[in-house]
Amino acid sequence: MATRPPSTVHLWELAWILPSIAIPVGMLAALAVTAFGAGINLAGDQGRVDPAKVAEHALFKEPGVVQTAPGQYEVRLTAQIWAFAPNEIRVPAGSTVHFWATSKDVIHGLLVPRHNINVMLLPGQIAHAQARFDTPGEYPIICHEYCGIAHHTMAGTIVVEAKP
Amino acid sequence: MTQTEGRLAAANLVVALVALFGGVATGLFQALEYAGVDIYPSLAPLIRSHYHSLSIHGVLNALVFTTFFICGFLPFIFSRSLGAPLASGRLGWVTFWIMAAGLVVASIPLVGNAATVMFTFYPPLKAHWAFYVGLTLVVAGTWLVTLNLFLTWRGWRARHPGDRTPLAAFMSLVTFAMWTIASLGLAAEMLFLVIPWSVGLMAGTDALLARTLFWFTGHPIVYFWLLPAYISWYTLVPRQAGGKLFSDPMARTSFILFLVLSTPIGIHHQYTDPGIHQGWKLLHGLLTFAVFFPSLLTFFNVVASLETGGRARGGTGWIGWFARLPWADPSLAAQVLAMVLFAFGGIGGLINASFNVNMVVHNTAYIVGHLHLTVGSAVTLTFMGITYWLVPHLAGRALWSGRLAQVQVWLWFLGVLIFSPTLHELGLRGMPRRTMIGHASYLQAEWKTLLPLVGIGGALMFVSAMVYFLNMALTASVSRRAPQPAPGFAEALSGPDHVPAFMDRWRPWLTLAAILIVIAYGPMLVRLVATTPLTTPGFRVW
Repeated sequence: MATRPPSTVHLWELAWILPSIAIPVGMLAALAVTAFGAGINLAGDQGRVDPAKVAEHALFKEPGVVQTAPGQYEVRLTAQIWAFAPNEIRVPAGSTVHFWATSKDVIHGLLVPRHNINVMLLPGQIAHAQARFDTPGEYPIICHEYCGIAHHTMAGTIVVEAKP
Repeated sequence: MTQTEGRLAAANLVVALVALFGGVATGLFQALEYAGVDIYPSLAPLIRSHYHSLSIHGVLNALVFTTFFICGFLPFIFSRSLGAPLASGRLGWVTFWIMAAGLVVASIPLVGNAATVMFTFYPPLKAHWAFYVGLTLVVAGTWLVTLNLFLTWRGWRARHPGDRTPLAAFMSLVTFAMWTIASLGLAAEMLFLVIPWSVGLMAGTDALLARTLFWFTGHPIVYFWLLPAYISWYTLVPRQAGGKLFSDPMARTSFILFLVLSTPIGIHHQYTDPGIHQGWKLLHGLLTFAVFFPSLLTFFNVVASLETGGRARGGTGWIGWFARLPWADPSLAAQVLAMVLFAFGGIGGLINASFNVNMVVHNTAYIVGHLHLTVGSAVTLTFMGITYWLVPHLAGRALWSGRLAQVQVWLWFLGVLIFSPTLHELGLRGMPRRTMIGHASYLQAEWKTLLPLVGIGGALMFVSAMVYFLNMALTASVSRRAPQPAPGFAEALSGPDHVPAFMDRWRPWLTLAAILIVIAYGPMLVRLVATTPLTTPGFRVW
């Protein structure tokens, strides 16, 4: 076969265009289900905090872990070069953990692999992320944004303890 | 067509390839560090740290190589496509020297470890002011390219009132128009935030505002890199493959959609940023999926065009035609392999764009794997393929070794096939990007088993690039002198005569692009500017 005559070009075009619209629309529908059905959300707007006065802010006065309800924990976390405070978090298995976090200097990141905790820590912004920790074990908390010469040493640990 | 376009293209190419050389060399250092081979101590004082190396790698490859290549290649084929010289050769040279001066100014702090801030240079990391001023000059130079192309096109239009703009010229203009609109975000970040702050006129800046302006440009910049590769795939490759472009109107449709949709989608890079309401993230996510549509059109049209070539050369069956492509031509082989890699890059890109799914991959090694399929292969391997005809053509010398060029192309393909999937997998296992991972205090056992593959893939890409530079240098200097014709533009099965007149007008599409940008960015940017105190001080922490 040489080349197709132009009259069939338009048919082939149409045969491609329709699925090319259907595929992205289908994927968007799937995303909508996970976001609004399953409630897997992204960081939103949680307000500002002056990076020079983080220690005076009610949320970040005492970085640490607070139990807010049975099975519910709040981690109030600050990031600065090159450490998280607190850098070790202990919660019992089956807990839902809410992270409230910010940076005191440059941009840092908060990544807990495989737990849907992935949020940027920008100076000036309050970040929020949440996840459930069901399986006992130690999980790294990693700064995943380049923050200077010792960036690769900036990490903490979540220790999920088996229920007694 | 005069001598000027060729000389301008050659000048830009020299800068582009020197930058690529530096970018590839530093890339090797990082890949080796991942694999547990730390050679930085032996590179001091030239390279001071992993992050110094990485900043040079990103700036030279992603910003300098791409921009100079595009500013050389596109005006060249634009002028050939219109059959007219550039409106002003002098403006062309002024542009080149402004960009070159900007590059020198930015390079001094970059090389001197005073701009170890990555190619994204997020404040409050604070580089030397010369870095920002130099990069801004380069961007300003690209606007002058737009001006020159537009003036040239206007002169052509006056002489050809009823004709459709030839496809390659149309696409080149779309690329530069899109880029000029998109680069306004970066220009605003530089001129109103970063430069005044870096020279001490402003005490502070703001991380979120700077990031938002950066990504206004930062996503469309990938289309600025990619569209010139598409132009080669659409207008030259079909003929190099022995076939015809499948559909000219469909090709134009996809470029118009890129012009309209490339910019109002930048927030999909900020899905994990606090301070931006989820609604804006969702809107940008929707529009990102919309821009997937012209990419799918391109995929179909380009592959269908290759198919006409393979079949004209005697290929049969569903995929038998693919084997019949003229693989011995390194220019064609490079670009077809670039397309193959880009298919995977495009699919990975959709995952990145997928709103909450982005949380699995954001800022992980997955993104590095993605970038090396897209800008590192679709773009770089295509540009290498283009130089396999362009450099001999400009030098008036035969390609020094076609065989070596074939080896080079497949070596790059192989290297990326090892490098990129490994990094994707490492990202899914939670390994962060832009990190001196071999020295990380939290290096996980499940990463360690895969890291040697990053070193091997990266080393293969490095060897491929060195073979490439050797071939280019010998082609330009000692190879046999003989006129080398440039490939002609492909004819189309469905040609420009099927293009309706409204598609060849600028005002409707530019207006539509502006409206979408105002909707997608207007309210959130106005609010951000109005409510953000510029008080965050800078840090030099490297």
